[in-house]
Amino acid sequence: MQPKVVMKSTSITARTLLSATLLGLGALSFSAESQAQTVNAVMHSGVRIIDPILTTAHITRNHGYMVFDTLLGMNEEFQPQPQMADWEISDDGMVYTFTLRDGLTWHDGEAVTAADCVASLERWAKRDSGGLMLMNHVESLEASDERTITLTLSSPFSYVLELLAKPSSVPAFMMPERLASTSPEEAIPEQIGSGPFRFVADEFQPGNRVVYTKFEEYVPRDEPPSWTAGGKVVNVDRVEWITMPDQQTAINALGSGDIDFIEQVPLDLAPLLETNDDLILGTLSEMGSQTMGRMNFLYPPFDDVRIRQAAMLAMNQEDVLAALVGNADYYETCGSFFGCTTPLGSDAGTDTWMATGDLERARELLEEAGYDGTPVVMLQPTDVATVSPQPVVAAQALRQAGFNVEMQPMDWQTLVTRRASQNDPADGGWNMFFTNWIIPEVWNPIVNPMLNAQGREGSFFGWPKDEELEAMRLDFAMAESDEERERIAEVIQVHALEQVIYVPLGDYRSVSSWTNQLDGVLKGPVPVFWNLTKSE
Amino acid sequence: MFAYFIRRILASIPVMLVVALFVFLLLRLSPGDPAAIIAGDMASPTQLANIRAALGLDQPLHIQFFVWLGELVRGNFGTSLISQTPVLTMIGQRLEPTGSLAVVAMLFTVIIAIPLGVIAAWCHGRFLDKLVMSASVVGFSVPVFVIGYLLIQLFALELGWLPVQGFRSLSEGIAPFASRIVLPALTLSSIYIALIARMTRASMLEVLDEDYIRTARAKGLPERAVLFRHALRNAAVPILTVIGTGFALMISGVVVTESVFNIPGLGRLIVDAVLARDYPVIQALILLTAGLYVIINLLIDLSYAITDPRIRY
Repeated sequence: MQPKVVMKSTSITARTLLSATLLGLGALSFSAESQAQTVNAVMHSGVRIIDPILTTAHITRNHGYMVFDTLLGMNEEFQPQPQMADWEISDDGMVYTFTLRDGLTWHDGEAVTAADCVASLERWAKRDSGGLMLMNHVESLEASDERTITLTLSSPFSYVLELLAKPSSVPAFMMPERLASTSPEEAIPEQIGSGPFRFVADEFQPGNRVVYTKFEEYVPRDEPPSWTAGGKVVNVDRVEWITMPDQQTAINALGSGDIDFIEQVPLDLAPLLETNDDLILGTLSEMGSQTMGRMNFLYPPFDDVRIRQAAMLAMNQEDVLAALVGNADYYETCGSFFGCTTPLGSDAGTDTWMATGDLERARELLEEAGYDGTPVVMLQPTDVATVSPQPVVAAQALRQAGFNVEMQPMDWQTLVTRRASQNDPADGGWNMFFTNWIIPEVWNPIVNPMLNAQGREGSFFGWPKDEELEAMRLDFAMAESDEERERIAEVIQVHALEQVIYVPLGDYRSVSSWTNQLDGVLKGPVPVFWNLTKSE
Repeated sequence: MFAYFIRRILASIPVMLVVALFVFLLLRLSPGDPAAIIAGDMASPTQLANIRAALGLDQPLHIQFFVWLGELVRGNFGTSLISQTPVLTMIGQRLEPTGSLAVVAMLFTVIIAIPLGVIAAWCHGRFLDKLVMSASVVGFSVPVFVIGYLLIQLFALELGWLPVQGFRSLSEGIAPFASRIVLPALTLSSIYIALIARMTRASMLEVLDEDYIRTARAKGLPERAVLFRHALRNAAVPILTVIGTGFALMISGVVVTESVFNIPGLGRLIVDAVLARDYPVIQALILLTAGLYVIINLLIDLSYAITDPRIRY
């Protein structure tokens, strides 16, 4: 008897399950599941590292702006603005006093204190190149009382506010002192900030999903939002960042209403979205990014400035941008180191030295330098679409000019390790690689890491050593007016182009897309989720 | 049989040790530096060295290996170098999506492929046989991602019956789970349906000419009973082998399907870990996969005894 009973029970269960499934399938409108006041976004990458001071990864920086806040913000005029603190500068420009505004609390309910901010600034300055430079000019940084931070300079340095307000790549995020006392080489153990969103630790899946909820106690500033400055008013309850490695899947999900926002749409897939009236296609950062090539100054052939100049002239920005971006609406040729849409962007020096595909002059320079056919070891990442085409196009141009190019394909993470090698190119080193920076990371000679010319010990990979350039950068840091800064920036650009500190290969913009249910999407160098509203 | 089971489990320990050593050395000798990945573009050599030291990557290889092995023996798979999340937590988060996908895909495979193979063998040389075999060639030949996109286009975008992507846990309800698992499971199973249908057909053809089949028919048994009770059971051993190895392959090869349908499973985790040189995660996942192969092979061997009474351990 027993088996019969079991059989019947199983049969009923199976039938019930099947019915429930079919009913469920029929009842659900899958493309419009209820997502009240939740914004689902697909960002350019998965969040894996959540300590925003530990790494320069942009996705971690974006995460940082959700959870943490900064003493100062930067507006669309590139001007530092009060965010957590207002400031005063002494008449001699040597003492900066920051006063925390009312109502600032950490996500654990504790009040934000000046001591927390001092510890945060100290940790940030150990990881960020701009912070390191700032600290070289600082005599003391201390909490004068619960709400006052006093920074006293040891030597004139007029770029304090800009560095504290810089939006990328490692902004000076504030955190409680107990977290900020963590070694800058180790990740902080908790995500307690004072930013407009809380991090939901229980729902964090590294590389796949990160969830934020509105921080109810956050008190936004009264000013209208502009970039990372102004009021960070949160109008939605929850934001989920979902990683979708397949771009086509993300576009399908946006079209069907599963998600609300895609940070970066591949331009070749953009036409799929242009015809959908329910979606908006737009550029969040009009400045976009700069793509560039860097040569290794330590070894032949690029230890000779004439050969570097020949390589620069041989390359052609238009060809590189066409291969990288394709759609001319989204790129511009630009010879400036600082981006062509920034206050310091200019064409100084570009009439002589710019990647214009001038093969004739390139060949003359090679002949003059006595180039002996030393191979140019060019690193070619094959797995990242935004840096794959540049070496292919550049290698062809260099070969046409007479260079002997040895292309070495690899994945990006291998390249990241390889480019740190100061070995001979024939022994695991390299001669040239390509990368991209968002414009706010290069927009002036201080923040632009590629213009650091301190040589083997202090420079970005490629290690140029140029004392004249370093002196000019110091002049820039001490300049007291915008006019003086513009003048020095032009001088720097002319010099750095002539020395081919690196090869600017043009500016391009990324395209984002979001559903028309979202309103108040803010433009800026960092995708932010305050000010957004979502209609049902 | 129990003694055989224990013997096989014990025999797998040296296999796992060799896998552990091989994977450890392979990863350490391949190019890539997790510290450089964590530190990003602007790290100085000193900062990189400090991060390597903090992660324990500055220790000699043999010390790193024995530290890892010692923790492993205590059941600690370590912590992700990149996200600082315990590896077991990360695997736990990804196990259900991949496990669900593989189980449902294998269910589809068995439910669809075995009857198709039996019918094809029964209709040997006729239209139905040729149709099944032609369809299986298509199943073999068309890349998984193409099948995935076609299914999405038809059932999700055109008809709107099913969602285009994502995964919902069974704990959230059967309907959300089923609606999101159907298309990826069908996609993933396509190649295995083709494979197992062909294997079933071939095995069935071998036994259909046997004397005992003729005897069964002569006794007047219905054709369905002849095919499924007598022929299929005798043809089952090679089919079970393919199903078993197919299941293990499914677990370790789901990455394309997971990407197309945005399922946060183990396949994507291992690709991400490899790209980020996240050694503890890669090591744990490869050990897990190797262990899975060992267990599945053991289960296949044990299942032979169930389907074929002549096999005893």
